[in-house]
Amino acid sequence: MNNRYTIILTSIGVLIMLLLHISSCQSNVSIQTAQYAVNGQKLYLSHCQNCHGSKGEGLAQLYPPLTDNEYFKQNRAKLSCIIRYGMKESIIIHGKTYKNQMPANPQLTELDIAYILTYITTNFGTSDSIYRHEEVKEALKACGI
Amino acid sequence: MRKLFFAGMIACIAFTACQSTSTTLPIIGQRDAVQKEIDGKIVTDTIYHRIPAFSFLNQDSVLISDKNFDQKIYVANFFFTHCPSICPTMQRNLLKAYEKYKNDERISFLSHSIDFKYDQPHVLKEYATNLGVNNEQWQFVTGSKAAIYSLADQYFVYTKEDSTVAGGYDHSGYLVLVDHDKHIRGAYDGTNKEQVSQLLKDIDILLKEYE
Repeated sequence: MNNRYTIILTSIGVLIMLLLHISSCQSNVSIQTAQYAVNGQKLYLSHCQNCHGSKGEGLAQLYPPLTDNEYFKQNRAKLSCIIRYGMKESIIIHGKTYKNQMPANPQLTELDIAYILTYITTNFGTSDSIYRHEEVKEALKACGI
Repeated sequence: MRKLFFAGMIACIAFTACQSTSTTLPIIGQRDAVQKEIDGKIVTDTIYHRIPAFSFLNQDSVLISDKNFDQKIYVANFFFTHCPSICPTMQRNLLKAYEKYKNDERISFLSHSIDFKYDQPHVLKEYATNLGVNNEQWQFVTGSKAAIYSLADQYFVYTKEDSTVAGGYDHSGYLVLVDHDKHIRGAYDGTNKEQVSQLLKDIDILLKEYE
């Protein structure tokens, strides 16, 4: 009798531990995303906000907003290249064409770009996934510039 | 203790100085006293700093001058279309004022380009259109380096061609409020939210002078 109780209690204990472990793992991921986003916010303020606005709203037809989830999804790798090397060709965002050139930001590191992209896509866009350092590194290699 | 007292006093003065409790705006700049003879009597008159006469090409390649701003108050600033630093924020904020007073003939806006090489009228036109400016109330002008930069001094706005800064030109982001007599009545940091809302309040105060 006593033995059975022990087994049941132990299994419940193990289960609780397991659940806790799983949930803590999940929140670890989102904590890291949040950390990236916080770092990204600081960099955004000094490198992007003048043109693209504090809420990523852009400015009239001069500078595009950073809220087009569809563009983010379809150009996930290209975004790193745009930040590092700027953009000469026109861009269509929310169906509107923007022709102004975007200046390059050679001073931003791969990790800086990962922070900024995580901030932009999770705060102005609806993404919940992180841009990892590795991903940006690969993307920049593939830019071909 | 004494230091603390002084610090407190300076803070008080600074605080009260910033509050615009008075209903008229000051006239900014150096003033001179001149003595004139009127009807045989010697009278002392105060000469205030004024924006001198100017003429520049605007975004429609039309020559405009200070006469275009007669009987109006206006807000002036200095920018360039490819400016990657403070200009977008400054123009974003000035756009708010433009939209608030759109089609109000009592007020105009005047942006001088300090990039005399690149910002030709058609570049300014495209910029204005993209910014959403579609009437003559907001003028974007270009002129020779000497003319634009020396006029900036008259507005007390710092401008300098400098290859070491982003975009190639260094300048301060003041929005300068000018009255019918071309006297400067206020200067506001166009990148600072609080100062921009103060500008909107002061525009109303200045407009009341001419009612």
